[in-house]
Formats: sequence, structure tokens, C-alpha cells
Amino acid sequence: MTEQKDILTVSSLCVSFQDRSKGLFQKKNRIQVLKNVSFSMKEGEVLGLVGESGSGKSTLAKAILGLIPYEGKITQVSSYPQMIFQDPYGSLNPAKKVGWILEEPLRLKGGPDSAKRKERVREMLIRVGLDEKFADRYPNQLSGGQRQRVCIAGALMQEPRLLIADEPVSALDVTIQAQILELLERLHKEMGLSILFISHDLRVVYQMCDNVMIMKGGELVEQGTVEEVYFHHKNEYTGNLLQAAGIHI
Amino acid sequence: MKYAGKKLLTMFLTLFAVTLFVFLAFHVISGDPASSMLGTEATPARLEALREEMGLNDPVLVQYARWAGRFLTGDMGTSYSYRMPVSDMVTDKIPVTLTLTILAFFMMVLISIPLGIYTAKHAGGVIDRIIYIFNQIIMAFPPFFSGILITLLFGRIFKLFTPGGYISYEKNFWGFVGYLFFPALAIALPKAAMAVKLLRSSVIGEARLDYVRTAYSRGNRTNDVLYKHVLKNALIPVVTFLGMALTDMIAGSIIIEQVFSIPGLGRILLTSISNRDYPVVMAIIVCISLLVLVVNMIVDMIYGLIDPRISVE
Repeated sequence: MTEQKDILTVSSLCVSFQDRSKGLFQKKNRIQVLKNVSFSMKEGEVLGLVGESGSGKSTLAKAILGLIPYEGKITQVSSYPQMIFQDPYGSLNPAKKVGWILEEPLRLKGGPDSAKRKERVREMLIRVGLDEKFADRYPNQLSGGQRQRVCIAGALMQEPRLLIADEPVSALDVTIQAQILELLERLHKEMGLSILFISHDLRVVYQMCDNVMIMKGGELVEQGTVEEVYFHHKNEYTGNLLQAAGIHI
Repeated sequence: MKYAGKKLLTMFLTLFAVTLFVFLAFHVISGDPASSMLGTEATPARLEALREEMGLNDPVLVQYARWAGRFLTGDMGTSYSYRMPVSDMVTDKIPVTLTLTILAFFMMVLISIPLGIYTAKHAGGVIDRIIYIFNQIIMAFPPFFSGILITLLFGRIFKLFTPGGYISYEKNFWGFVGYLFFPALAIALPKAAMAVKLLRSSVIGEARLDYVRTAYSRGNRTNDVLYKHVLKNALIPVVTFLGMALTDMIAGSIIIEQVFSIPGLGRILLTSISNRDYPVVMAIIVCISLLVLVVNMIVDMIYGLIDPRISVE
């Protein structure tokens, strides 16, 4: 196997938010959400990020996308990482047709003309396992699984090298979950996509990922290959998580 | 087509209910047209004779049926106090009230939508706060009070118009519109203040939704997100409000016509009510109800245009 270069390097990343729960006259505190997070991802890798709610997983994703301010260093090979969000119901503008939503990223860059954009949308719909006639529908006419496919298609329109999937299946029911995971796996293979897979479901991560990181309270407490973390974990918290998920080793 | 038929039937039934209700209300309040027509010359014998002649001694529902039957054939009757056909009295007043209302509506829209978007975009900023305070004050003004203030400020102090110097639209149309500018402003301001507040909170609420975050993550800038994604969804509650405000403005113009002495529908409506001149009152009520119903229908149609979910489902 040839030496693969890093697609994403994060070093000593810190993110803090202003605490808004304090009263009007009290001094505002800053809450440290991410503390000194460092890791790297190889080209074509599927990296799992596991942790309880509030551990800072989504914040990390937003920092990588550049949606929030951060301290530290994030180096990326491709400049446009894209993201799929947890809730496929709320992630699509209800007033726009699917075709419009998918075309949007192409319009932004002053990219291809209308006919080419439509063609790309058609190809992408078929690629994510939908029919091309979905372009003329509104999001509320679609089921949850179909919407998540549309979200994935939207994320892939700009042909990113890195895809961040933030709990992409936790809002879906089990049979649909399996289909969406299968789709992600297929896209990973077909397009050589690197995926940062955020989840709290250890079983799904085991099935999907090459490497895995465990996050707690804004820190990475453990990282390594799936085998290392699942079978030879060093951190106690990892053990608790595995046990809570019913994975006894 | 079936939809249109259903709409028309609902409109007809609403008109029926409104007119019947107003007619009945007239018979509950004291006083009758015969005594106000005769005034000081009233003797019991003459009153009785006149009542009989006018059919006021018949049961209420018979009187209503008689009025409705004539009205449907296009005969609005004759005014008791002015002794002239109601249609002649009403038709040249309708353009006055209609112009006033439409002018006020456009002012409301032109003031509130840009300000609403601006304050939402710069929420928390200095200008937002200043507008917030003004909004809060203006919202508390009833139109007649803002009318009095505007007369004082623009009419007496700045002398931008002559209070009471109404110009008829038949003589000078633009002079007429110019005179109506300030009355329309008096009606529009309180409603515009509410609409600004509503649009501001609607845009801010919409901007918190997940699809907005998705739009940012696809590489949109703030203005793209605001105008291409948020605005259309945020306008839905505002359109509801604008529709309600428009029907409210029709009522508001009746009052403001008194303040600015504009001879519109409101003027003759009020005098006719105190004269118990019910053919005139009924004709005006029908006009106003029709206006309100048409406005509601237009609002429904606009809904379908801006919110695909409504027409699709």
C-alpha cells in the first residue's frame, strides 16, 4: 500500500463560547467546549468520532467547516469539506424544490450553466439512489430516508474530498439506517471519499470506520484503529461506553 | 373550478350572515327612522302613518327579506334622511375610502418590510434598538390619535397640507391623493410598527432553523442565506398579518375620515347610523364586507404562491 497523505490535520484546537445563561450584570464566563484537540485523517479514511451528547462532537465538525471561530490549527488538503446533518427534516429549506437545493452550491461558485447544473443534479440523484424526478418535488413530499439521500447529494455537489457526517442516521428508523449507511459506504468506495463519521452508536461505528476517536468533555480520550479501541482500550471511559452499548469484551 | 365555486358560496353565506346580523342589531337599538325623519313635527298619528307606509310595522324578518330581495336585483333603496337613491350616495364615496385604504396599505408594506429585514439583520445594534423604542411607542397609538398628532405636526407646524382642505378626486386627482397621504400615514404607522416587529422576530426565528445552517455549510454568505432562503419562509406569518391589517385598515379609515374631514364611506356611515337610515347603512356594510372577503381571498392566493406546502398538500 502506498503512503497516503493527510487530508485533514487538526492540532491543538480550542473552541470556547460565551456563557449566555448568566444574568445581565454578572461577569460573563467563557465555556471551553473543545480542549486541545489534535488528530489527523488520511486520504480515503473513514474516521469515527464517538462521545456522549455535549462532548463537543458537533462543535468539532463546525470548526472544521469554518462555521465557528476557533483557536489552533486546522490544515486541509481540499478546501471545501461538506457536511451531512443529523436531522434530514430540518436541513432542507421547505420552500424550495429539491432540484433548486441541489443546484445551489453550483450556482454559488459562478460555475456551470443551467443545463449543465440540471444534468449534474440528475446524475447526483441517481448516484444517491433516487429517481431524477425527485428534482421537482418539495422536501415535505419526501420520506426521512429520501431526504437524507437528498442531503447527501447536496453535500456531494461540489465534489468534496472530505465529508463530515454528523449523526447521519440517528433520526431515521433502523431499516432506513442500514440503507443510508450502505449508501455512504458505496460513495466512500466509488469516489474515494474520506468521511469523518460522528456518532454515539458504537455498533454503527464498528461497522463503518477504519479508525475511531473517543471524545469526552471536549477532549479526545482515546484514538486508534477500531480493533485497538474496541478490543484493547486503555481508557476507562471507553470501557464504560462499550459496556453501555452492550459490547462486552 | 370546484374550489372557486366553494369560495363563492362561502362568500355569499358570509354576506348573508353579516347583513342579517346588522339588520337585527338595528331593531334592538332604540329609535326608528320614522321619528328621526319627522323630527320635531312628530305626532303619534303621523308617526304611525309613516311607519305603516315604510313597512316598519312588519316583522323584522319580513323587512329583511324585502330589503335583501330588492338589493339582489340591484335596487339599494332610497335614503330616508337624504331622500336620494342610496346607490348615488355610496358609489362616489367608495373610491375615496378605497384609495385611502390602499394608500395606507402600501405605506405599511413599504415601511415595514425593509425595516423588518434591516432590524433582523442588525439585531442588537444601535439602530435596531432605536427602531425598537419608536416601534413600541407608535404601536400604542390608536389611528385617530396619530391622526391628530400628524395634523398638528405636518398640517399646523410644517404646513405641508391644509387640515380640512379636502380636494375632490373629480377635480384634481393628484391633489386628492396628496391630501390623503397624511391620513393614510396615520392609519399605516401603528400597523407598520407591528409588522416590523413581527417580520424581525420571524426572520430571527427562521434563521435559527437547521436548513439555514445547512445553507451556510454549502458556502452561502449571509445575504444569500437571508434573501434566498430565510425571507420567503419568514414572510408567511407576515402575509397573514398584512391581510388582517388590511381589513382592519378599512375600519380604521372610517375613523380617520372623521379626523381629517374626508367625505368617504365612514362619514355617511356614522351619520346614517345615528339617523337610523338603514338602507344606507346596509349598503355600506355590504361594500365593506365584500372588500374584506376579497382581501381574504387574495391573501389565500398569495399564501399558495409563497408557501408551496399549502398548495401542494
